[in-house]
Amino acid sequence: MKDVEMKMLERAKALLESGEVARVIGWKKGDFCFDPAPASFETVEELDNFVYDYFCGANLSKYLIQMSKKEGKTAVFLKPCDTYSFNQLVKEHRIKRENVYVIAVECMAKLDIEKIKAKGISMVESVEVVGKEVKVTSAYGVETLYKPDVVLTKCATCTKTHQVKDEEIILHERPARDVDRFEEVAKLEAMTADERFAFWREQLSKCIRCNACRNVCPACSCVKCVFDNPASGIAAKANDDKFEEQLFHVIRAFHVAGRCTDCGECSRVCPQNIPLHLLNRKFIKDIDNLYGEYQAGETDEGKTPLTSYTEGDAEPNDVMNGEAK
Amino acid sequence: MQRIGVFICWCGSNIAATVDVVKVAEVMKNEPGVVFSANYQYMCSENGQQLIKQAIKEHNLTGIVVGSCSPRMHEATFRKTAEAAGLNPYMVEIANIREHCSWIHKDMDEATEKAIILVRTAIAKVKLNAPLTAGESPVVKRALVIGGGIAGIQAALDIADAGFEVDIVEKNATIGGRMAQLDKTFPTLDCSACILTPKMVDCAQHEKIDILSYSEVEDVKGFVGNFNVKIRRKARYVDETKCTGCKVCMDKCPSKKGLNAFNMNLNTRPAIHIPFAQAIPNVAVIDPEQCIKLKTGKCGICQKFCGVGAIDYEQKDTFIERQYGAIVVATGFKPIALDAFNEYGYADNKDVITSLELERLMNAAGPTNGVLLRPSDGTHPKVITFIQCVGSRDSSGCGKPYCSKICCMYTAKHAMLLREKYPDTEVHVFYIDVRTPGKNYDEFYRRAVEQYGVDYIKGMVGKVYNENGKLMVQGSNLIDNEQITIESDLVVLATAIEPEPSVRKVATLLTASIDTNNFLTESHAKLRPVESPTAGVYLAGVCQGPKDIPETVSQASACAAKVIGLLVKDKLKTNPCVAIPDEMMCNGCSQCANVCAYGAITYVDKEFRLGGGKTEVRRVASVNPAVCQGCGACTVTCPSGAMDLKGFSSKQIMSEVEAICKK
Repeated sequence: MKDVEMKMLERAKALLESGEVARVIGWKKGDFCFDPAPASFETVEELDNFVYDYFCGANLSKYLIQMSKKEGKTAVFLKPCDTYSFNQLVKEHRIKRENVYVIAVECMAKLDIEKIKAKGISMVESVEVVGKEVKVTSAYGVETLYKPDVVLTKCATCTKTHQVKDEEIILHERPARDVDRFEEVAKLEAMTADERFAFWREQLSKCIRCNACRNVCPACSCVKCVFDNPASGIAAKANDDKFEEQLFHVIRAFHVAGRCTDCGECSRVCPQNIPLHLLNRKFIKDIDNLYGEYQAGETDEGKTPLTSYTEGDAEPNDVMNGEAK
Repeated sequence: MQRIGVFICWCGSNIAATVDVVKVAEVMKNEPGVVFSANYQYMCSENGQQLIKQAIKEHNLTGIVVGSCSPRMHEATFRKTAEAAGLNPYMVEIANIREHCSWIHKDMDEATEKAIILVRTAIAKVKLNAPLTAGESPVVKRALVIGGGIAGIQAALDIADAGFEVDIVEKNATIGGRMAQLDKTFPTLDCSACILTPKMVDCAQHEKIDILSYSEVEDVKGFVGNFNVKIRRKARYVDETKCTGCKVCMDKCPSKKGLNAFNMNLNTRPAIHIPFAQAIPNVAVIDPEQCIKLKTGKCGICQKFCGVGAIDYEQKDTFIERQYGAIVVATGFKPIALDAFNEYGYADNKDVITSLELERLMNAAGPTNGVLLRPSDGTHPKVITFIQCVGSRDSSGCGKPYCSKICCMYTAKHAMLLREKYPDTEVHVFYIDVRTPGKNYDEFYRRAVEQYGVDYIKGMVGKVYNENGKLMVQGSNLIDNEQITIESDLVVLATAIEPEPSVRKVATLLTASIDTNNFLTESHAKLRPVESPTAGVYLAGVCQGPKDIPETVSQASACAAKVIGLLVKDKLKTNPCVAIPDEMMCNGCSQCANVCAYGAITYVDKEFRLGGGKTEVRRVASVNPAVCQGCGACTVTCPSGAMDLKGFSSKQIMSEVEAICKK
């Protein structure tokens, strides 16, 4: 990963120095090795803080809504999963494609510090990844973990590939894997309605309405969110019942249905570890079953299955009965 | 301050027998905002309307709620009433306490409670109504007829005779449809071609009619008065403007083994062909599946022999776009497939045929030149058995639940013609009921029985099987209460008819509704039988329901009258209940434009102030109110809730929901 970072830095410098781009969106070092954060770099000097490692899981595509409106071009580093969000936002006319220079970068699955900490390791100082081994150096010594145990949930079932690139920095190919991203959804489907209601009620009861999921979600990019709009008549209802408030997540899932690329950022940023991505994946699975397989963000044009009608579409009663196409 | 008036209609006993209308009106007096509440026997009557007008004036009402029948019946009436009293017509709401309440309930207490809730709901809505004004849209003075059978031909001729341009789009190479395949027509037994072909010729010669044969409707946009239709002109590989219909190509074509669909596949035809002698247009067409040149690149004989150079193997499908004010759907029917009816042995025995096949076997232009010969061995059949209701009135699920309506009469016709032409044949007919309502119809059937000695057997057939070259028809005779077997030479199945399958695509393109049997739905079964619920779309012929030629022609002329009534208008009033975007909340994401069936939504770049002297240019939706039909699809698609519908705003709908849920 160090070699990839070097190459990215080299390109970022060249692009800024030549004036080809006005800024580069990437990740900057945090206080610790495990908390790099998205950042915009406008000068070569600022790049001193640039970092790209196994903790750079954040999806940078949403920042381009604002950045692509600015003067001059914006270069951005996009991992495979981020490119789907990028395409979806271009399709919805939120990103000005002509103002963006996309550098596709390899991913190799990112690590989840929460999962590392859950292994009983605290005061992490540095992390080194060799193949499937993760060597974690902490104040208490060095421990070796099995990588698939500590990758981000969104990375565990990822099979995505770059959908858009103006250039690429890929020094190592990620080996192909056979994973089923709907395994967890199938478990929920197997529950009775009462069990499922209890499951979500419990999960959503943890919500503190910090709005991190909404703020990070590339599909949640409304100029004015309905939940922030007093005229929508939703705000006051939330006070009636605690669970009604938490239905926020269900409404949000409906709003992004057919547009969600399954980038998994919602679950990654949730401080309460609510598996929010499962709501979206249920919609994705249903759309696949009812209207044929569809991956949002695979292209930057065309209609989504939920906003188009074709003669082969499932009849409403098929939808009611959840019958596959 | 709102001043709402409530008017509860009894509708005679229609509502009053199940809903305590007096109580409903009394309860409404206590509703906030309501200053007047009354009940009356017939609110739609002159006196009822007078009551409303008077109340509006005397109580200075700002909005009214009429608790009555469906708004589809009298909303327009009450809007006019309000307007006459000086109230904006869109300040009227209808609470449907008849179809939605009194008609479907038996218990008076329950129905009354529900009526109260429904009226309360309408009050909640009308309080949020805003006065609206209808706009105008121009009418394109040209009609499209989809389907060139007798229905389409008649509609087109009538519309054209009134002076309007008409295009007939026909998917086959010629107009004429099913009627062109028939031999004689009941109840007068005149030759089908003799009465149809003059009408076909009239179409071809009419200066206002443009026949687009071998074409299909590909896309429809727009709305009543302003449809924009994309038509695919399929490649026929023959230049329509050059071909003289001389048929030399047909003689010379070496690929002669194509099944002749016009003759119900009972004989063959060349790859290049004119479907039948009186085809309109009289222009050849090449079947690309059969043509040696198109399949292998080697041949080209027809091109060599064509005296006018009409053959063009390079021809491709082309598209034309035209504007129409009105559209007539006349897509017709086909006999059902008999795959599910093994008991009649249709697939296994060549001499078990359908009635439409018999038409061709009896027709002078048919495969046997009008001499009835058995398909299997070419001999004259001596015993012929007809089986009625094959797939019609079928409750087993294999066929159709409805009566195909034409079979009783054409079977009587067939039986009579056969006895007339071949007096030595024995003709039996198995029937469930003989249905012959219609002018001179029952007389016609009785002639078959009484004068022509056709043996009608009341009973159904269980099995048809082949024994030593004879078709054994096993059935029951309910009158004599016995099981019988008739040794027959030919068995004719009166096969059920169903809408031509392409109607589904047409219906989808026109957003015209369709029933479970694929028949197009009329706007009102009794009072608007030729109009589709989609404004500007009219229905003619079997696409709307089973019917015979006289009925089809009547309906086609009725359609034409409706179309002419529309096309003579220069402008139509548009529906003011249109979508309206809140630009401050619009993301410009195009989802609303994606779902808009009318192409009413476009996008504009607008500059917005951000504060601090800064501005930002954003892409926002813009609705063309003349094109928007107020369907509301955009409002539910918009993720930020920026799109709303005038007259049906999200706030109004939510307030209705709240009124319903309130205890």
